Amino acid sequence: MTPQHPPVIVGAGPAGIRAAQALVRHGRRPVILDEAPRAGGQIYRQPPAHFQRTKKTLYGFEAARADAVHGAMADIIDHVDYRPNTLVWNAEGGQLDLLHQGRTSSIAYAQLIVATGATDRVLPFPGWTTPGVYTLGGAQVALKFQACAIGSQVAFLGTGPLLYLIAYQYARAGATVAAVLDTARLGDQVAALPGLAAQPALLAKGMYYVTWLRAHGITLHGGVRPIQVLGNTRVEGLRWADARGEHALACDAIGFGYALRSETQLADILGCRFRFDTLQRAWLPERDVAGRSSVPGVYLAGDGAGIMGADAAEWAGERAALALLSDTGHTPSVADTARAARLEAQLATTTRFRTGLERAFPFPAEWAAQASDELIICRCEEITVGDLRRTAATTGATEINRLKALCRVGMGRCQGRMCAVAASEILAHCTGRPVEQVGRLRGQAPIKPIPFASAPSEVLTQQQEAA
Amino acid sequence: MKVKHLTDVAIIGGGIVGTSAALALRQMGLSVVLLESGQCGARSSGVNYGGVRRQGRSLVQMPLTQRAHSIWGRLQQLIGIDGEYLRSGHLKLARSEADMASLERYLQLTEPFGLELQLLGTSALREQFPWLGAIAVGGSLCPQDGHANPRLVSPAFARAAARAGAQIHEQCHVTEMGHGGPGFFVRADSGLELHSRFLLNCAGAWAGAIAQRFGETVPMVSSHPVMAVTEPLGMFMSLSLGVEGGGIYARQAPRGNCVIGGSQGYALDADRARPSRDAITQVLQRSVELMPALRHAHIIRTWSGTEGYLPDREPVIGPSATTPGLLHGFGFAGAGFQIGPAVGQVLAELVRDGVSSTPIDAFSISRFTSPKPSVSDSRPPPACEPVDSGTFSPTHAT
Repeated sequence: MTPQHPPVIVGAGPAGIRAAQALVRHGRRPVILDEAPRAGGQIYRQPPAHFQRTKKTLYGFEAARADAVHGAMADIIDHVDYRPNTLVWNAEGGQLDLLHQGRTSSIAYAQLIVATGATDRVLPFPGWTTPGVYTLGGAQVALKFQACAIGSQVAFLGTGPLLYLIAYQYARAGATVAAVLDTARLGDQVAALPGLAAQPALLAKGMYYVTWLRAHGITLHGGVRPIQVLGNTRVEGLRWADARGEHALACDAIGFGYALRSETQLADILGCRFRFDTLQRAWLPERDVAGRSSVPGVYLAGDGAGIMGADAAEWAGERAALALLSDTGHTPSVADTARAARLEAQLATTTRFRTGLERAFPFPAEWAAQASDELIICRCEEITVGDLRRTAATTGATEINRLKALCRVGMGRCQGRMCAVAASEILAHCTGRPVEQVGRLRGQAPIKPIPFASAPSEVLTQQQEAA
Repeated sequence: MKVKHLTDVAIIGGGIVGTSAALALRQMGLSVVLLESGQCGARSSGVNYGGVRRQGRSLVQMPLTQRAHSIWGRLQQLIGIDGEYLRSGHLKLARSEADMASLERYLQLTEPFGLELQLLGTSALREQFPWLGAIAVGGSLCPQDGHANPRLVSPAFARAAARAGAQIHEQCHVTEMGHGGPGFFVRADSGLELHSRFLLNCAGAWAGAIAQRFGETVPMVSSHPVMAVTEPLGMFMSLSLGVEGGGIYARQAPRGNCVIGGSQGYALDADRARPSRDAITQVLQRSVELMPALRHAHIIRTWSGTEGYLPDREPVIGPSATTPGLLHGFGFAGAGFQIGPAVGQVLAELVRDGVSSTPIDAFSISRFTSPKPSVSDSRPPPACEPVDSGTFSPTHAT
């Protein structure tokens, strides 16, 4: 961490962009590394430059916010070292390892803001690997980035606010939404109202989507349990059940997900300390109210450090940048201090709101008990629920990394992004322990796969000479 | 909560050596308690490359490696799973005429031991293994060597030992140990207290500290071989691949993933190790030189482990020079996976009979404590010497 190195921000979503903006405002020139070709993150993902659709059609209500975030990035573009299409795949000794255009390289950082975002939290159900089944996030990417729908008769399944937002976006974009099937019950949402009232605007938006969907004749069901995807080579429908019994729904695509999970691998490789978050039912890197991790010089912001949503990501990004500045010799002005306090207050409100959301869209706690032995958990390695249960029973494995070593779950291309949540739930359930006690999959480089041909040829030569 | 145990043998370390010793001792009818600070077979024994090879070993290891070879032949019977063990052949490649000459010399030296090595010239190599890069100009094939999955095999040894009646305590940290009266005492943080006639030091890279407690200093250092694995690929290689002079080794698992090892990582703390970026880079580059078809494949995961190395790269196996009843089995220099089960049997024989039926004199701990080291003199010439750099560099992780 030498002073001549710049601060580096990983991720150009709402958190990363607002962090960069705050740094630029205070005279710093950060490096922004982002895997995507254009800034905005998943939530404000931009289509390729030549696509013509307006922000209003792409983002709906979020158009103004998307505009503001994209605008903030446009404003600072000449004052940052922005590197799109750049994957951070490892960290070691104050440097990040990058993959850009098929080549690896390293970059040293003085401080680091980790804003790595989130992916869908996946809980498999019978038939989920049938072509035509997508995650909710995947369904949204198809729409925002490529202006494609995943099908012409789409069912949305799972739980969380994203379920209704994406159904709304699909319907607005002209796709037929066959139904929205929520595993949460209406009662959950009513019980959650006091918490949700912490952010009335977001609550109103959520209710608007529901009302809009109903008004447009789209059926919404709560308390749902998915039973089976119909169709062998392609989605032809979905069997599901609720308190009234079993039902069949015709559809040609399914988007599903159970809220989001944080992308914490980089924080893990950086050595950040983790703690179990009972609300999010996940191991998350520790951070203080300003976003400082347990590792000096490493700051955490946005959904990558714990799911708080896009607005909170903007606030957390800016707050982390202010913390970075005050930790590195910048004496905060009165305005900075006031701003920091304001951001912290907004984040605290969001935390209350998230508590409400988790009550409104609870994790389906009975999922592990109901999962059948034949259900595929890890699609990379084709590992079933039964494989996990048998391995745990015959080997006595009680910890998720051990289970991985013994039966390959989480060993495939996605490195547990898709399967770790579900595998942990199964292991916890079949060994009769709380899910935090089965631990978390260790982060291992590369964070995402890297090609053999990516290595710079000069490294070997230099080392041979040195030897 | 204090629990006192009397046992014939206490074993520290649940790697492949300690657990196979436990299994062998139980088969002899002796009582065994094994203490493992983490999980059995989860360190070097479980995260190594998975080579099950005799080729490349020093001459003094030949009797031991041959004994291990026959144990591996009965693996399924012994541990209840096949462990993905394949006698697929081990091919050691030459990159130059000098390499070829040293492979030839190795073949002659090892002739009496029956490894059945076959030398392959450039054209035979191209014909049989068309996927090899131009860098390989010849090789030496050991048809009955092979590879296995260490993360399955090593924990299975522990389970087999437990089924045979060994008492195994995982997540159990030894806090105190010593020799007094009729035997040993060992205390652990769990409250467990063992009293035993014999103590087996099978603690891998951490075994030096135990030897030290009994007044025996060994010049062991830790190093961290780096492994990388690809996504599953179409099967193109069944054998395990090594290179004369070291630097890289590769095999393809039945699932199709290529496991590639080489270079060294770094210690994260006393227990954990990680691949360094330079090591990963080297593995990527050397893989492509050796197997150009991998050029467009991806590595999806890397890892490392902590392994003990003595200056002569031979292990310490046998009785303590200071304390009767203390037996050592450690320091395998990244090559303990294949011989581990044989070492376990040897340690069990030493407990029961006081002698080993397989020669182990070369591995005595006294070579570091007595004035004249003798082992290095009997080692064969460069065939299994590390040559990839001037610094200390383990290259033969199995």
